[in-house]
Amino acid sequence: MDNVIRRRTLGARLGRAALYATLLLAALFYLLPLAVMLMTSVKPLAEITPGTLLSLPRDPTLAPWAKAWGEACTGMRCEGVGVYFFNSIAIVVPAVLISTLIGALNGYVLTKWRFKGSELVFALMLFGCFIPFQVVLLPMAQTLGWLGLSTSRAGLILVHVVFGIAFTTLFFRNFYVAVPTELVSAAKLDGAGFLRIFWRILLPVSAPIIVVSVIWQFTQIWNDFLFGVAFSAHNSQPVTVALNNLVNTSTGAREYNVDMAAAMIAALPTLIVYVLAGKYFVRGLTAGSVKG
Amino acid sequence: MMSFNISFPKTALATTLAASLTLSAAQAAEVEVLHWWTSGGEARAANVLKELMEAEGYGWEDFAVAGGGGETAMTVLKSRAMSGNPPSAAQIKGPEIQEWGELGLLGELDEVAEAEGWDDLLPPTVAEIMRHDGSYVAVPVNVHRVNWLWANPEVLEAAGVEMPTTLDELFSAGEAIREAGFIPLAHGGQAWQDATIFESVLLATGGSEFYQQALVDLDPEALGSERMVEALETFKRLRELMDDDMSGRDWNIATSMVINGDAGMQLMGDWAKGEFTAAELTAGEDYLCAAAPGTQDAFTFNIDSLAMFRVEGEERDAQHALARLALEPTFQEAFNLAKGSIPARPDLDMSEFDQCAQQSLDDFQRTADEGGLVPSMAHGMAVRADVQGAIFDVVTNYFNARDMAAEEAARRMVNAAQAAL
Amino acid sequence: MSLSRWAAKPAAASGSRRSPSGLLQAWLPKLVLAPSIAISLFFVYGFMLWTFILSLTGSRMLPSYDFVGFAQYARLMANDRWWVASSNLVIFGGLFVAICLALGLLLAILLDQRIRQEGALRTVYLYPMALSFIVTGVVWKWLLNPGLGIQAMVRGWGFENFRFDWLVDPDMAVYTLVIAAVWQASGFVMALFLAGLRGIDDSILKAAQLDGASLPSIYWRVVIPCLRPVVFSAVMILSHIAIKSFDLVVALTGGGPGYASDLPATFMYAHAFTRAQIGLGSASAMLMLGGVLAILIPYLYSELRNRRHG
Repeated sequence: MDNVIRRRTLGARLGRAALYATLLLAALFYLLPLAVMLMTSVKPLAEITPGTLLSLPRDPTLAPWAKAWGEACTGMRCEGVGVYFFNSIAIVVPAVLISTLIGALNGYVLTKWRFKGSELVFALMLFGCFIPFQVVLLPMAQTLGWLGLSTSRAGLILVHVVFGIAFTTLFFRNFYVAVPTELVSAAKLDGAGFLRIFWRILLPVSAPIIVVSVIWQFTQIWNDFLFGVAFSAHNSQPVTVALNNLVNTSTGAREYNVDMAAAMIAALPTLIVYVLAGKYFVRGLTAGSVKG
Repeated sequence: MMSFNISFPKTALATTLAASLTLSAAQAAEVEVLHWWTSGGEARAANVLKELMEAEGYGWEDFAVAGGGGETAMTVLKSRAMSGNPPSAAQIKGPEIQEWGELGLLGELDEVAEAEGWDDLLPPTVAEIMRHDGSYVAVPVNVHRVNWLWANPEVLEAAGVEMPTTLDELFSAGEAIREAGFIPLAHGGQAWQDATIFESVLLATGGSEFYQQALVDLDPEALGSERMVEALETFKRLRELMDDDMSGRDWNIATSMVINGDAGMQLMGDWAKGEFTAAELTAGEDYLCAAAPGTQDAFTFNIDSLAMFRVEGEERDAQHALARLALEPTFQEAFNLAKGSIPARPDLDMSEFDQCAQQSLDDFQRTADEGGLVPSMAHGMAVRADVQGAIFDVVTNYFNARDMAAEEAARRMVNAAQAAL
Repeated sequence: MSLSRWAAKPAAASGSRRSPSGLLQAWLPKLVLAPSIAISLFFVYGFMLWTFILSLTGSRMLPSYDFVGFAQYARLMANDRWWVASSNLVIFGGLFVAICLALGLLLAILLDQRIRQEGALRTVYLYPMALSFIVTGVVWKWLLNPGLGIQAMVRGWGFENFRFDWLVDPDMAVYTLVIAAVWQASGFVMALFLAGLRGIDDSILKAAQLDGASLPSIYWRVVIPCLRPVVFSAVMILSHIAIKSFDLVVALTGGGPGYASDLPATFMYAHAFTRAQIGLGSASAMLMLGGVLAILIPYLYSELRNRRHG
């Protein structure tokens, strides 16, 4: 939109100044918690006292980060959150890829191969977005037991895929609705098959929505604590569980700087994804779900 | 579809139970131990047990889950039990052991108990809690005393007061401490902490017999009685001795307020000693301990234990070794020195322990003989989790409400005990 | 139910082709969709049914099947804490959605004025959505704690009478939840609105400007009505975040002081898992699901109606 007032009157200049001031103030509000985390994570323990949360570190050190990554103790294991970080990656990557692929195929069927009742099917699947996860904890545990997958990495991946496909299907369906059906019909007349049409016509234009699906799933699964803690064993716990063990241990001298460094480490992957790909995320999301 | 709907619930629990018998036998000569001993000192102490296990050639898979006094760990345990794959041992205590036992998920330890002579070794009160249906299913690791008062001697001196021994003295000492410019009573506004001081006040105003009637037997007459109203009113008056910012504060932060000299006293179980020890303070010199005012002749106990799930084969051998080693003097001493509690077996040499622990053991044995040894409601030793939760709700709501009469709270307490049954 | 109806018409869409590969082609779309349908029937609807059945039982620590009728629902209705949690959800949810929409729209309009460094600002507003309260909970607790955070800081600057003690005030604690939740989600709403603004046809605006309308009135009368679909999506996303809010409460207030800032999700969790009252917890979960349905049905209705149009 183009409604900027270009005349440089005094009033306009004041208005511009007020505009920037408001935006910067808002930015401060959003940055405050992250700034506190970051600054606390590089302070020596002695510098962390009440009322000085926002003071700059006088003697910055990376030691808390090193400790959080490789030495901090959770329970009897003193190997930091690094190990758990890789557990998370091993769960997140397959879960994101599988749920995105399934979502794409579902969206494709639901828009380009409609059949009687396909709208109902979509409505039924959508409900999966809204189910509170605490509700499914016990039945899921039992199901994983039946499948012989309890406490395994495969089990956690399954859980994340199961409760992720509702979202990914929603994204892809809403995106593919906007892809002209004529293209698909023409290809069908030419004798192109189901997968060929998907591969040649839909997939090449799907980049924006794949980005959305991947970012969304990545954030959801990486940040998950409830499933991670309930369906893991000592050797498959994701990084959020390790972070919780570190931060929620309420005895002994707490090393707040190490806690914060561990929190930053756990947050880094999603932060990086948002900073690098946030633009595409918003663009793709509006291309899809908003305009419906 | 219909057959699916109907058969699902019927088979659910049966499958869980059956699966728990078969699946968990997969690991060989290893125990997986679910616990929430996650702080530095606790973990180091628990590590002694792990080393004892390893010295005998067994493996220890450490499964620690911190948070909310074991709440998160219990959720994990339920999820693991539902999936038919519980850990070999888990930190479970009090009446909850009975609940797990009733579900048929625990394995008995009678062989070990007989060989080691647990019946003679353990105090009867402790042994009783570890048994389900006549068989040992859990092994105790310590005995905590909940009704303690901790104080900073410098603050007391600055205010010119002695360690209070009655509630009246507590209030007058508190006023003096406030006038001297300190917070009289450090407290964290969380439901379990509110309940912890409530039960100590009730013990002081009502005595241990009344405590037993009200908070253990859940006698509606006792719960709705004049004595209960009195206890509730005194409990609420303690607010005057606390600071405004206490809501949501962790207990150890409150303890550090006493350590730093910001606050004079704290009513808390003896795990608080772990904090004093970590700050390298000496009992009797740098900090003081005494029974909570008015409860010198009572002992509210909180016993941590490891319950053993039903497993088979080599894992069972390892599990039995774990049960045996948990009462080994080396572990009991190291663990309880770190936890601030006293050993679960009273026959140990206590010379390494400080005067608070020695007093704790004396009081434990004296109250066991004379009466006055009662289970802690606030720490899940007296009643089942649902009743405990309902009582917590009443206590914490009353304590934080601006305008709730003690009579109303007592009435709700009666309802809570009944509704939850 | 729907599965059987769907499966009962195998040949309907297959058209005239009869060769094996043609048959496969006709079946393939449904085969591709079938696992997902099965998954949602089992893992969503099966589990809901299971929860409903449990809500009719006296289940305690683990599920059992001793049916007690609707007694758990009656107990829930008589439970003071449940009502506190429900009314908190109304306050929290209402304020959270309203503030996120207002703040998101305002920031989007301001950012749409050819701002330098727009990309950086947008990222700053958006990033909280990437973090869970497992990560930021401790910091929020510090910031809102009167003795440690903002109050202590401002007092340290010399404003001795400054008060910001909502976290420890039973009447105000629920509003601290709103602050943190708005912090997390409002940037996301801003981004939705910004994209919506960029999508509005310039010619509409030009026409309004030619009519001599002032800038605020153009926004009020022309631009904002165009954003209706965005508002709708945002409301849906926000209310679903509000109903699911759990980590937030646990990290920030623990439901306290007392249980003044409890929400249904934390109520359900506390009863089903901590307090060995799975029956009661399941009943509260069913009522929560009812709340979700009340929001979802209009959404689905509009989704499906839109599809018929396009």
